[in-house]
Amino acid sequence: MDIRSWTYLIVGLTFAVYIGIAVWSRVRTTAGFYVAGRGVPPLINGMATGADWMSAASFISMAGLISFLGYDGTIYLMGWTGGYVLLALLLAPYLRKYGRFTVPEFVGDRYYSQAARVVAVFCAIFISFTYVAGQMRGVGIVFSRFLDVHIDTGVYLGMTLVFVYAVLGGMRGITYTQVAQYVVLIVAYLIPAVAISLKMTGNPIPQLGFGSTISEGAHAGVYLLQAIDEIHRELGLPEYTGTFVAGKKSMVDILAITLALMVGTAGLPHVLIRFYTVPTARAARWSALWALFFIGLLYTTAPAVATFARVNMIQTLHGVEYADAPAWFKNWETTGLIEFHDRDGDGVMRYSGDPEQNELRVDRDIIVLANPEIARLPAWVVALVAAGALAAALSTAAGLLLVISASVSHDLFKSIFTPDMSEGQELTLARVSAGAAVLVAGYFGVNPPDYVAAVVAFAFGLAAASFFPVLVLGVFSKRVTKEGAISGMLAGIGFTAAYILWFKMLGLGDASDWWFGISPEGIGSIGMLINFAVTLTVSRFTPPPPPEVQRMVEEIRLPSEPHREVAGDVRGDAPA
Amino acid sequence: MSDQGVERARAAYWRKNLRLLVGLLAVWFGCSFGLGILLVEPLDRIHVGGFPLGFWFAQQGSIYIFIVLILVYARRMDRVDAEYARDAARERADGPPDGTR
Repeated sequence: MDIRSWTYLIVGLTFAVYIGIAVWSRVRTTAGFYVAGRGVPPLINGMATGADWMSAASFISMAGLISFLGYDGTIYLMGWTGGYVLLALLLAPYLRKYGRFTVPEFVGDRYYSQAARVVAVFCAIFISFTYVAGQMRGVGIVFSRFLDVHIDTGVYLGMTLVFVYAVLGGMRGITYTQVAQYVVLIVAYLIPAVAISLKMTGNPIPQLGFGSTISEGAHAGVYLLQAIDEIHRELGLPEYTGTFVAGKKSMVDILAITLALMVGTAGLPHVLIRFYTVPTARAARWSALWALFFIGLLYTTAPAVATFARVNMIQTLHGVEYADAPAWFKNWETTGLIEFHDRDGDGVMRYSGDPEQNELRVDRDIIVLANPEIARLPAWVVALVAAGALAAALSTAAGLLLVISASVSHDLFKSIFTPDMSEGQELTLARVSAGAAVLVAGYFGVNPPDYVAAVVAFAFGLAAASFFPVLVLGVFSKRVTKEGAISGMLAGIGFTAAYILWFKMLGLGDASDWWFGISPEGIGSIGMLINFAVTLTVSRFTPPPPPEVQRMVEEIRLPSEPHREVAGDVRGDAPA
Repeated sequence: MSDQGVERARAAYWRKNLRLLVGLLAVWFGCSFGLGILLVEPLDRIHVGGFPLGFWFAQQGSIYIFIVLILVYARRMDRVDAEYARDAARERADGPPDGTR
């Protein structure tokens, strides 16, 4: 069978599994729809969180990005994993202990203020839409590359699928589909990685092959990382493992971006909400462990894949006659992801750090997508990678859509506009808003705004500068007040948004104008510090929270006891 | 005495949790921002196999350490939870017979 038939087969099979799970796990209660009935075992939730978190960007683009960034790729590797430590230690168990359904709900209860809740709702919706647009686009791109359908058709197919299992199954459907999607995506990621590691270094474990010697070719017997540094020097590029030199990011910027991504990760509503679905606070801690374990499998493999692919690509292309280019090169040339411009007209491909001499343009996405072909793996592996990329994009999209749906139906309608709704009505509204969110996400997938790349920095910056400080202080301080939290959130968001808008969207300055050398991607870490400072200062001069809120904080800090909903104590609507 | 006793058990629980948090977060900061970024240059002069050590911490080691940190936290907190449950139950049992709590 050829690649196309294999792709139809494997993608078709995985989609059938997702639909089957959706039908099996459909829900009839709001608790089932929002938090999967709080019955998800920690290991299962860890897998679901892994799929929820690892998006099209993690699966398709990250290894490629690292491959071009070298040491600087560290910002993504540590930034997108270190946040789970903060999540496990500072947030997940307490949010689970609090109970209820959404993150804005916690903000509203802890800060005894609908205004705080509304600010949180808008942050959650904004962050989620920013993210989901990219996922839908990713689905379309994968379809178009592997199945030769138009990108828009791919987006519609993805929308239909997510629509079915998100609207029908809510969080329960999403959770179990995400488990299946995690399995598909990790297998699809590891098989080519192991094969390429074995081929280049003779070691089947990519994490070890990464530090081994190259087994054949011009650099045989040389350590892989040493070889890539040599190759980079010859081509006039900064060394791959080089740090803080010209052409690389400064130390201050690496620190700031890593911190912003870590804290942003811990403040992303679609990740936080996953920890509402486990039975107890204790389960939330174990679940965070499993989540990081499953994420770490991919994240420790990615930098190895990045290095293998970089060496492999330069060795197979640089200095080779265009007429003799490998078959995968020709295949991918038609997609425009890899291009050869014969500047000197000698028919030989040359890669160079000097843009005047460089003749090869390589898109970062090709590193993962073309990897199986570069490593000459069978057609079914190529098809599996397509299914893996779709799984990564769809699972993240579904998690985000649920946050949007819950924010609209639960935080806006149930709590503010129409508090008299019955549970059945709320469930219907939740399904309708999930459906509407799919349509809006699909619209952005078909008509991607030009500024998607810029707004992703925004999403993390915003999560770091708004949610994280307010949530952490809400648990660890009883003295932080409503006035403090609202002014802190507004100051953090205002500062971060202004900085990003100034440099990224309005283009009113370049890198030399950055404050303390911090790029817009890293400014969320300063926004977070501003939020902390403002919240603590304002709280000092405003009256302390009412006693029932202080009691709620005390309760949240204690281990779960069955049959006691903490938030109910505050609202007086729990069983006595 | 039971109310105060339960109060004491709660305060002890929270103190143990905070002490554990501070220690683990110090390691979290030290391995990622410390070894992986601030000290990356001197560490890169040391090679372990084919890895410059600072580079290894930045792209591999820190992630392994993150996983271990959460593992340690989850295990220790299981114990701290159990201690609290025992202390709180004892304090409640020691309380006045009319069960004022």
